[in-house]
Amino acid sequence: MPNVISTDICIVGAGPVGLFAVFEAGLLKLRCHVVDALPQPGGQLTEIYPKKPIYDIPGFPEVLAGDLVDNLMKQIEPFHPTFTLGERVEEFAKLDDGSFRLLTTDGTEVQCKAVAIAGGLGSFEPRKPAVENLERFEGGKGVHYMVRDPEHFRDKKIVIAGGGDSALDWTNFLANVASEVTLVHRGTTFRGAADSAEKVKNLHEAGKIKLVLSSNVTHLHGNGHLQEVTITGNDGVAETVPLDAFVPLFGLTPKLGPIGEWGLGLENDAVQVDTVDYSTSTPGVFAIGDINTYPGKLKLILCGFHEAALMCQGAFKYIYPDKKYTLKYTTVNGVPTL
Amino acid sequence: MENDIRIYVEEAPGQRRELEAPTDMGLSLMELLKANDYPIQATCGGMALCATCHVEVLAGPALPKPQDAELDMLETLPHVYEGSRLSCQIRLEPRTDGLVVRIAG
Repeated sequence: MPNVISTDICIVGAGPVGLFAVFEAGLLKLRCHVVDALPQPGGQLTEIYPKKPIYDIPGFPEVLAGDLVDNLMKQIEPFHPTFTLGERVEEFAKLDDGSFRLLTTDGTEVQCKAVAIAGGLGSFEPRKPAVENLERFEGGKGVHYMVRDPEHFRDKKIVIAGGGDSALDWTNFLANVASEVTLVHRGTTFRGAADSAEKVKNLHEAGKIKLVLSSNVTHLHGNGHLQEVTITGNDGVAETVPLDAFVPLFGLTPKLGPIGEWGLGLENDAVQVDTVDYSTSTPGVFAIGDINTYPGKLKLILCGFHEAALMCQGAFKYIYPDKKYTLKYTTVNGVPTL
Repeated sequence: MENDIRIYVEEAPGQRRELEAPTDMGLSLMELLKANDYPIQATCGGMALCATCHVEVLAGPALPKPQDAELDMLETLPHVYEGSRLSCQIRLEPRTDGLVVRIAG
């Protein structure tokens, strides 16, 4: 049975700005559902730099990015937001009554009265190596950019490429699952976690995996499904290896993704907004934080917080055009609950 | 300005664009490239954590050696060049005058 969620505002992006929008919406008694392609809330803060201190959050002389996200999650708790994490919003439709229907990659449907895009620089997607024919074997035909379910590789012959932590970690893990694991790395050393690199070395010396250094996967071959890859050394010597799956693991990079196809006004991969309420060219759709652009735009978390507050005023007017809203201060009224 | 330096961006083979850069603002090469509308995301804001400001240094003065954080991040990229650097880690100083780079993407 498909998962259908009904809410007031669907927030696309669970970074700090998307999370704070839940708070501002909550003050206006608007319910929120938050969707993010990453499996945890926090966006770049938790994915890229959870342990980095941030110095320009008003009232916090210094706060770790991960702690800021924890605090935001605590701050929005009274409003009981709901989350769909690890799924990317794929389809977007505005209905005749002015409401919206969003559909994620995994088939979750969100019905909402307004949409707030807080997508940062887009969704984090695997960085793809420049190998000819790579796309031809995507979508279950042998190329996997992430390991969703290790069991998928049970008793298979796999080639992993990469030199970072995820390449090392999955090589170690899959050594006991797959029938044959080959790790291809363009360099000669691993700068990832020392113990993971040590484990890979030990597995190689024990003959449990193959380690091919100073080399790249350069060609993919197969009729329909991937059957062989060519591994070429930096010395130009090439060998062809039969396999069931090729797993390039080169980290994540942000891409605007499907948001670019929603018919919104764009400029340089950012969504154009009116700074009165951060509304986009489509009434009822707002864009806040790093994903939007307007004259004088600064990509700062604190600016995104401000944008979230004004956006909620606009969303309230869009949802309840006949209600007159007056601003209430939390110092006077406390924090209402939903 | 008297203290300005010149940075050259190779936009196509043999085709270089000259950028003037101040050296008294603590700018990084990443910030200069972004300000001149080059397609650089710099997701992490200059902390050598995302590799979206990857450039290839083609010529020019010797630069200070990359730090561990930068080398770690370059290691995760599928392709690097002899002169690969993260532009967020290159400070614009009088000694970087005349640097020639290419956006590596």
